[in-house]
Amino acid sequence: MPEPILQLLLIPLVKIVVLLVVVLLIVAYLTYAERKILGYMQVRLGPNRVGPKGWLQPVADGLKLLVKEDLVPGGAEKLVFIIAPAIVMVPALVMFAVIPFGEPFEVAGMTITPYLADINIALLFILGVSSVGVFGIMLGGWSSNNKFSLMGGLRSAAQMVSYEIPMGFAIISAVLMAGTLSMVGIVEAQRTAGWWFVFPGILGFGIYWICGIAETNRNPFDLPEAEAELVAGFHTEYSGMKFALFYLAEYANMMIVSAMAVVMFLGGWLPPFPNLLAGLWASPALAWIPGVIWFLAKMSFFLFCYIWFRGTFPRYRFDQLMAVGWKWLLPLSLANVMLVGLGVLLLKG
Amino acid sequence: MTMKGPERPLFDVEEMEVSFGPQHPATHGVLRVQMKLDGERIVEAKPIIGYLHRGTEKLFETMTFPACIPHTDRLDYVNAAHNNQGFCVTMEKLLGISIPPRAAYLRMILAELQRLASHLVWFATHAVDIGAITPFFYTFRERDDILDLFEEYCGARLTLNCMKIGGLPFELPEGWLDRCAEFVDAFPSHIDEYETLLTTNRIWKKRTIGVGVISPEDAIDMGLTGPPLRGSGIEWDIRKVFPYDRYDEVEFDVPTGTNCDTYDRYLVRVEEMRQSTRILRQCLEKLPEGPIMAKAPKVLRSPEGMVYGSVESPKGELGYFIVATENGTEPYRCRVRPPSFVNLQSLPKMVEGSLVADLMAVIGTLDIVLGEIDR
Repeated sequence: MPEPILQLLLIPLVKIVVLLVVVLLIVAYLTYAERKILGYMQVRLGPNRVGPKGWLQPVADGLKLLVKEDLVPGGAEKLVFIIAPAIVMVPALVMFAVIPFGEPFEVAGMTITPYLADINIALLFILGVSSVGVFGIMLGGWSSNNKFSLMGGLRSAAQMVSYEIPMGFAIISAVLMAGTLSMVGIVEAQRTAGWWFVFPGILGFGIYWICGIAETNRNPFDLPEAEAELVAGFHTEYSGMKFALFYLAEYANMMIVSAMAVVMFLGGWLPPFPNLLAGLWASPALAWIPGVIWFLAKMSFFLFCYIWFRGTFPRYRFDQLMAVGWKWLLPLSLANVMLVGLGVLLLKG
Repeated sequence: MTMKGPERPLFDVEEMEVSFGPQHPATHGVLRVQMKLDGERIVEAKPIIGYLHRGTEKLFETMTFPACIPHTDRLDYVNAAHNNQGFCVTMEKLLGISIPPRAAYLRMILAELQRLASHLVWFATHAVDIGAITPFFYTFRERDDILDLFEEYCGARLTLNCMKIGGLPFELPEGWLDRCAEFVDAFPSHIDEYETLLTTNRIWKKRTIGVGVISPEDAIDMGLTGPPLRGSGIEWDIRKVFPYDRYDEVEFDVPTGTNCDTYDRYLVRVEEMRQSTRILRQCLEKLPEGPIMAKAPKVLRSPEGMVYGSVESPKGELGYFIVATENGTEPYRCRVRPPSFVNLQSLPKMVEGSLVADLMAVIGTLDIVLGEIDR
């Protein structure tokens, strides 16, 4: 087989398939984990009927949604109504292309990279693509011909636009420290720096994480789908697989936000505590743990936090949400950029 | 030359009309609120009721006095004991029966347990309305314990039918008092548990402080009773001002708020739960021996007259107004004064001018039950 075909076509194709399958599997079992963890937090058991300990619950849910009647409400903008879930789902999956899950490794004399693409503007790419997803939510809310959906769509548009700005500034602080926009480059920068960026950039990390929760419409910022007020927000009228796409996209976005937090602030696939406890963790006994495991473990921590918050917090009101975004996070993130910039200037000259 | 502004705004501005309910996850039954919205702001809110009307008051006119009691269960369906108690107290007033002390104390025990159960439902739904889903499961755990006690006593968990005109239908089962005491002793620590999730939570405070404010004057003018009135700082509790059964023999405080807002009403209700356990403890201690039924004829025949009697239900003043004919066996007319119905009329005043999300907080804080509003 000619080398270029193998390198440019076959390997990427296999990687795409593996990535999609793994991501969708994690998403499916994330819903299971959420129900189980929430269950234990709320003195109940969670799903435990389908399969041993409810392990097959996501499969059953998927099957149910697949065979459900595909309903388009009368008076809805049919075309937009059908396209909207796809507009939400596709960007959520595309973003995984640039997430570096681990170090390159050798298989049969070839170097395989556990990421699809290492592009030099990966962070910009993610920010740009993630903004497209907002359109899906807005269009879905608007085309449903339902007042609650419309309000949900409007809320999410306002929310995502407001929180994208402080989030961007928080990301800039990490970029300043790394000196590159490439995801792989950021992780490598943390390896050479000898510390994770969460230590010098704790403020930026906090802002990023709060904005990340808001961007994914999760508690305590889950206003677009606030059940008590808007029934189910923008997806009130959606059923069957279209609803499932919104649902999956939400969880995929949670994974993206968590993965980005890991890459930018927690050293990606690097083993933990580079300088503090380096002696303990770099011991040969632990050296065999591959980077992918570290990456997934760190990501799971953030995903757990998502679920934990959902079990703990009440919901913000719309004006309070805006106040937090514009009056607190924006100035704070700006100040943080200046602080980090100054620090980088002084240290690196 | 003068510049001219546009004659009308660039875009058409119109108020959105939203019919909120009766099928909506957060209206506590079948309440419908007809709203006019300007963006997220409520311009006008009009509660529309009647979706659960069953003609209970008319039904009362067709059945004998004792037969009315099961129907009172269905008024405020999370709070059956007080409905029974209110009817019995009123009838005893009409017939001039005084009930034996043991019956009175047992009634108070049942009523205060029911108050706890009702407040737990309020706590759960109020929290869920504001987005905190976890308290629901914790409060329902303890509510189930209470319902178990009820089930053991009278066989029912929700529609209790646990009181009779002149006393009580059943003597306590064996060991019931111990189990009740066990629950009462453990309950204050559970209240602390619920409070850790909300009372000092910044988001919870932001969502409730300054929301749904109603001044003491307005509260009185609108006839509010119960926690909505006490939250506005007015110390008014039927158990204190017109004691029935033996409430004059137990000690308890009437908590009041100062800021007249949702958060104060929340604190008032939480404190009421603590006071209820205090009453329960005293009742269990003082519970006398003796009969549980007053001497009353088998067939109750009323003197001619009109009577109004009321009890302090968890929602407010629950009153019965009964018109009886000479030698009658059934009420000529029975009007129920449901606290939720009267409290609901303050809803427009509380929410107009605030945001949609506040409507949820206010519906939660009013603690309405549609069964008793529509009757």
